[in-house]
Amino acid sequence: MIEIKNINKSFENRPILKDVTTLFEKGKTNLIIGQSGSGKTVLLKSIVRLIEVDSGEILFDGRDIRLMSFRDLQQLRQEMGMVFQGGALFDSLSVAENVRFPMDMFTTMSAAEKARHVDFCLDRVNIKGAHKLFPSEISGGMRKRVAIARAIALNPRYLFCDEPNSGLDPVTSILIDNLIHEITEEFNITTLVNTHDMNSVMEIGDNILFISGGEKGWEGNNTQILFTRNKKLNEFVFASPFSKRIRDLKQREDDE
Amino acid sequence: MKVFEEIGGYFQLMERVFSKPERPRIYWHQLVLEIEKLGLRSIGIVAVISVFMGGIITLQLTYNMSNPLMPTYIIGLGNRDTLILEFSCTVLSLMLAGKVGSNIASEIGSMRVTEQIDSLELMGVNSASFLILPKTIAVLFISPILFVFSVFCGIIGGLIAGPVSGVVTIADYMGGIKTSFVPFFVTFSIIKTMVFGFLIATVPAYMGYYVQGGALEVGRASTRSVVSTSILILFFDLILTQLLFK
Repeated sequence: MIEIKNINKSFENRPILKDVTTLFEKGKTNLIIGQSGSGKTVLLKSIVRLIEVDSGEILFDGRDIRLMSFRDLQQLRQEMGMVFQGGALFDSLSVAENVRFPMDMFTTMSAAEKARHVDFCLDRVNIKGAHKLFPSEISGGMRKRVAIARAIALNPRYLFCDEPNSGLDPVTSILIDNLIHEITEEFNITTLVNTHDMNSVMEIGDNILFISGGEKGWEGNNTQILFTRNKKLNEFVFASPFSKRIRDLKQREDDE
Repeated sequence: MKVFEEIGGYFQLMERVFSKPERPRIYWHQLVLEIEKLGLRSIGIVAVISVFMGGIITLQLTYNMSNPLMPTYIIGLGNRDTLILEFSCTVLSLMLAGKVGSNIASEIGSMRVTEQIDSLELMGVNSASFLILPKTIAVLFISPILFVFSVFCGIIGGLIAGPVSGVVTIADYMGGIKTSFVPFFVTFSIIKTMVFGFLIATVPAYMGYYVQGGALEVGRASTRSVVSTSILILFFDLILTQLLFK
């Protein structure tokens, strides 16, 4: 469980996050949604302390990440996995070496155990026969999946995904969404996903935080989001004429 | 003010670079890779430049000091001491600042803009130490070796150019090489080379580590790192010469 309380962050006197408070639950896929530039990446990076916030509390099961020393922070981060927007795989390492990297760094597993676990993680994200390829030789979707495999290599308690679907086709997007959702439930992880993909919201949104202009705009789940009267959220969710029409029909049906 | 900020930032980064490694074995593996990448792959260019410069210095010495009273062994001696005192440490380091420095700045800078450094941090790895320490040790280790190799190649260059152009005989040239050798010159130059090596590895690493933006900024950091490292090398050359020769 991750709890954030009254987070504020400004860049050069321009407020980006304004007094954001919320709770991300364990074993659930927690989505942070909002338009581009609304501050969701800043929020995600602030939570993992890649960006230092100006004020507020960020509690990982009660442990405030802001008060930690560099060594304690390193310890806590070993419990985290993160999938970056571009995958952020190490160019100089092969797919298998990328997934093995956290094990090399932080475990005392034997070479055979590591190889078995690499196979397990890559199998889990449906990647077969690409162990020896380099990140430049695989597709964008595969890169994201390898990044997920690497993020789950050490059985993290907290998983962070920054726009895992950006730049992917709808089929691959759904595949990745489901994968993140399944892994979250299977390993009982506290998962935070930054997205603006409405398919993801409908598919896997156990707990949704809507950020608008750096503020918490709305909070709920994927059923409640369809019936909200929140104007800004509605503009965001039903941005396309097609989805607007569906909503109007649905509401007319409900009113009758 | 900006200069002081940069110096402060540099020393803060160095504090992280030289903190205790998490897994020494992995660092060892990285070190071997870096020695191969930054050191062994520079041997070719060091050999070519040194042979040519040795030849050129020999010819310049001959044509500019032609005096019947001057013994010809002075040519070999002059070439040797020029190579040892300045060329094979300072000039070679300036060249390595371009080759190795730009490589380090652009590699680390690209890792920064593609979030690979954030990714390392998120795993709980001390990214500064993991990326910069092996490169620094590799350059420190390889610099004195390249220095000795460069002196050797430069002497061979003179040995070819002098006798071929007929300005000095092999015997006179070799006689000069063996005359009045001062071992301290070598010690002095190895100290200089190691200081320059430290600058060549850490200044570009600092510039690359704090890149913000995209490809354009990485290119800019790479250029800036070569310029800054070169100026720092000349500055430290001046200081070390004054300190060690006083």
